[in-house]
Amino acid sequence: MTKPLLRICGLCKSFGGIVATDHVELDILPGIIHAIIGPNGAGKTTLIAQISGALKPDTGQIEFNGHDITSLSAPRRARLGLARSFQVTSVFLPMTVLENVMLAVQGADGHSYRFWRPVHKDPEMLDKGMAYLQQVGLAGRARHTAAAISHGEQRQLEIAMALAMKPRLLLLDEPMAGMGLEESARMIGFLAKLREQTTILLIEHDMDAVFTLANTLSVLVHGSVIATDTVKNIRANPEVQRAYLGEGHA
Amino acid sequence: MMARLPSSTSGRCYCLLLVLLAVAPWIVRWTDQPFLLDLLSRGLILAIAATSLNLIMGFGGMVSLGHAAFIGIGAYCVGIPAYYDLYNGWLHLGLTVVVSAAFALLTGAVSLRTKGVYFIMITLAFSQMIYFTFVSLEEYGGDDGLVIYLRSEFPDFLTMQGPIALYYWIFAVLLLTLFLVHRLIHSHFGRVIVGAKHNELRMQSLGFDTYRYRLTCYVISGVICGLAGLLLGNFTGFISPEMMSWIRSGELIFMVVMGGSGFLFGPLVGTGAFVFLEQYLPEFMKFLNPSWLEYWHLPFGLLLVLLVLFGKGGIHGMLSKLDSRTRQSDQ
Repeated sequence: MTKPLLRICGLCKSFGGIVATDHVELDILPGIIHAIIGPNGAGKTTLIAQISGALKPDTGQIEFNGHDITSLSAPRRARLGLARSFQVTSVFLPMTVLENVMLAVQGADGHSYRFWRPVHKDPEMLDKGMAYLQQVGLAGRARHTAAAISHGEQRQLEIAMALAMKPRLLLLDEPMAGMGLEESARMIGFLAKLREQTTILLIEHDMDAVFTLANTLSVLVHGSVIATDTVKNIRANPEVQRAYLGEGHA
Repeated sequence: MMARLPSSTSGRCYCLLLVLLAVAPWIVRWTDQPFLLDLLSRGLILAIAATSLNLIMGFGGMVSLGHAAFIGIGAYCVGIPAYYDLYNGWLHLGLTVVVSAAFALLTGAVSLRTKGVYFIMITLAFSQMIYFTFVSLEEYGGDDGLVIYLRSEFPDFLTMQGPIALYYWIFAVLLLTLFLVHRLIHSHFGRVIVGAKHNELRMQSLGFDTYRYRLTCYVISGVICGLAGLLLGNFTGFISPEMMSWIRSGELIFMVVMGGSGFLFGPLVGTGAFVFLEQYLPEFMKFLNPSWLEYWHLPFGLLLVLLVLFGKGGIHGMLSKLDSRTRQSDQ
């Protein structure tokens, strides 16, 4: 059996009396798209936040590529190859699309304690930035400010920035949120291709997207993982149907 | 930078302004108003300080209400050696850089752990601490301050002696500061600072340890402001803890906001407007009605309020509306 890229053991997190993450055990194998589904409030985003380092777990351990990263800060984890896109679009609105991606390119380059040469005149930076925009199909928008492009394009920009981090594991928090049908379809096609480049942990509400893309599915209910299996087996799992897919399926 | 003329109206205005400032001593001699040179010297020193504040506040989103502390530190780095008859300019300069950097590093390391209002309060607290420290230092005059009898001594070609030489010293430091800030904000480092202002969490997820970058920026800003203090000490020849009171820090914020926070030339024009109003508004009030003289703060305050309410982006914002085509801002 291949070694998991990300291993989560006994992860717990509560806010006051609310248990958001309840003894989560999860192994993410390399080279696949692993989706996490669950009803609203199941703790999916909280889980992503703990993996990326934005939140500290109360107990438990997170191993990435064989190293314990539980106590590492978010920037350290990002530099190790854990990139994240956000559920709520969080690109830098006043900056241009290209400037946004170039910031991510800078992030992947290691430190940015370079005080003199202007970034926008650095051909290497510009080329790299444009290459990532090309990949997500935003090259035509490079000079627009991020505030001026459509919501769907902002989501694409999010992905371009995450890719520019050269991630070993890409954490995507509802990349299709708020997208139209056509945009979603395009994004699904794009993510399917991305599988060859990197491992993806996908959180998504769009079931069509999940069933098309995911190799493995985990179902999160009330903060705990109730099942992890292939898409086919999950669809057939009666417990999952009851807890998540709704009475209609049961 | 000098190779071609700026294409925008505001850019041309700033170029003209710098040229005027460069020849100001001749204008002053020609108009026989030596007092004007004093006013300009003081204004440009404050513009250096405001530009340093703009670096952390306008570009980095770190609103400090204690920045005048660095002016005081710079001034005392001239005053205290002068008290012991040490007038070597390099000593004053070195001392200013080291002490400002150390103070920025220590206070920044603590205050940058916080954000927003808490950051404002902690910077205020630190500046009050150093303010009262100097008030209690009886040896160096306490709150009566110190008189500096001689200016910092530099080799002949760099001399500060005489009002015109000092003016050019100040002008040169201002130019260097503007150029440094310009290079800084477009560099790799500067992009991180600007990014962290807009969305710190996002920057962290891109692998940037924003705290360290901000601390570095805070130290750079503190040192520049310390240099403004060194110049102010030399200019006034008299220093007191009052230079670092929180009121001075508040005025610096006003200058930045008036001119246009987050724009390279904003603090320069903001300081210009501030110093001009402070100087001539009382006279104007007196001209209207002699008994109104002491109420000049009232229209002054109203002007500030109006400018903040309606002049988005300050004076720079209004100027850039003149630009025929929309340009990208510095941010």
